Amino acid sequence: MVKRVLKGSYLALILLFMYLPILILVVFSFNDGKSMANWSGFTLHWYADLFSDRMILNSLWVTLSVAVISALAATVIGTFAAIGLHSMRKTPKAIITNISYLPVANPDLVTGISLMLLFVFFGISRGYVTLVLAHITFNLPYVIFSVLPKLKQTNNQTYEAALDLGATPGEALRKVVIPEIMPGIISGFILAFTLSLDDFVVSFFTQQNVQNLSITIYSLARKGINPKINALSTLMFVTVLLLLIIVNRRASKEEARMKGRNGRRNGVRAFSGEKAAQKG
Amino acid sequence: MKRSYFALPYTVWMAILIFAPMLLILFYAFTDESAAGGVVFTLTNIIEAFDPLFTGVLLRSVWLAFVATAICLLLGYPVAYMLARSKSKNVTSLLVLFILPMWMNFLLRTYAWLVLLDNNGLLNSLFALLGLDKVQLLYNQNAVVLGMVYNFLPFMVLPIHSVLVKIDKYQIEAAEDLGADSLTVFRKVIFPLSVPGVITGIMMVFVPAITTFAISRLLGGSQFMLFGDLIENQFIFVQNWHFGSALSLIMLVLVLVSLALTNKFDKAEDGGRLW
Repeated sequence: MVKRVLKGSYLALILLFMYLPILILVVFSFNDGKSMANWSGFTLHWYADLFSDRMILNSLWVTLSVAVISALAATVIGTFAAIGLHSMRKTPKAIITNISYLPVANPDLVTGISLMLLFVFFGISRGYVTLVLAHITFNLPYVIFSVLPKLKQTNNQTYEAALDLGATPGEALRKVVIPEIMPGIISGFILAFTLSLDDFVVSFFTQQNVQNLSITIYSLARKGINPKINALSTLMFVTVLLLLIIVNRRASKEEARMKGRNGRRNGVRAFSGEKAAQKG
Repeated sequence: MKRSYFALPYTVWMAILIFAPMLLILFYAFTDESAAGGVVFTLTNIIEAFDPLFTGVLLRSVWLAFVATAICLLLGYPVAYMLARSKSKNVTSLLVLFILPMWMNFLLRTYAWLVLLDNNGLLNSLFALLGLDKVQLLYNQNAVVLGMVYNFLPFMVLPIHSVLVKIDKYQIEAAEDLGADSLTVFRKVIFPLSVPGVITGIMMVFVPAITTFAISRLLGGSQFMLFGDLIENQFIFVQNWHFGSALSLIMLVLVLVSLALTNKFDKAEDGGRLW
């Protein structure tokens, strides 16, 4: 009994440590007055300020559009790459897979700097396009490594059966292979999308004047406390919470459907682990 | 058309945007601009990077990353253990609660501590209420370590947890049947089996901690430089890309060597690996 109470209070203490700072941000986003220590009344005017701040709205647009474009592009290129890799001989496959691990193992800082060097070396001015290229690049391996395990689970005989029954290779791919690996493709897309949304370090080095949300937050936070960031944090936290609930629902539904098949991992847990590898 | 050709666009992409940039870092690190305006091979960048001025910064970064990793392990292991051994029905939701902050932008999480630790922030107002003097909480090593622990703690909990839940409970019961008390069971059975997860967790905290520049800039101020800041500085402000590349190369080698060491440790077990 004592042990259980001790355990419970330890977990509660750690949760408090993790959530109290966020909670305080949320509470003070409704505070009239600039102080982050004294409560001077309820207001929504920081939210109004937030939505009339050109720079923040603009960087929100950059973040969302780069995330959508880079995730889509990475999903298409990465899915084809995975299908190609799957039917490759051992040695070229091993070489490509190992180089694909580079951006995963590399610290963000090195990835960002190396891409910046590339763009400068070839005289490409760093802006929106280079930002998108960089995001596609670090997203690609995550898509490939989400799709490849699904391909390994598929049965190559169904593809051959489709060919025997008169389907062209294109049709067989579209009607047999792609539907079977769809869960992996969707996971890859969601993973790429969230990685892109959250990226700071690579974006920091691969553009000069196109700020995304992370860069804007960094430059605002460097100037000190700003209640507008609190309002922004609150909105982002709520969005993340909603998204996670949706993804979680999808994962558990799929899990129920896929029960019995082996090699299946807990959706949310796998996502978070993979995401973690990219952070910093 | 052969299906292996499907990987062709990616292979080209990879060669240009993953492989070539790495070669460029090598190229810049070992070259410098000559007086005539050309490019010459040189080792001075690498040699200069080992100047005590810079190795001091490197050592400080390694030390702070080490401290942050140790604290994360001490705080995170019990969390992972309790969650893995819990028989409660709500344990999945609890786990989600622990990893949820990971999904929030890490700059916002760092900013949250800026608000708390500020000279006119909540903690200092609490101190004032208690009749204590104001304490300078921001812009020192402790604030930076705190920021790292806060940001990276979930990365420690998650891999350890995923290894612990996979431990065969009959092994634990067998040990108990053979007369081991709970401490012995932990020491001789559970902990050794969780080592792969611990190692993954250590890497997942140590690598971002050693490369960060935003956390140290926001919570440590501009006076307090880490190796990540040093590199960022070389590229953004000093614009000495040859020297910056040399520093990046050193960081890269450091990270890859530690990753290789980790791989050696958990070859047998795939539980804690990411893929």
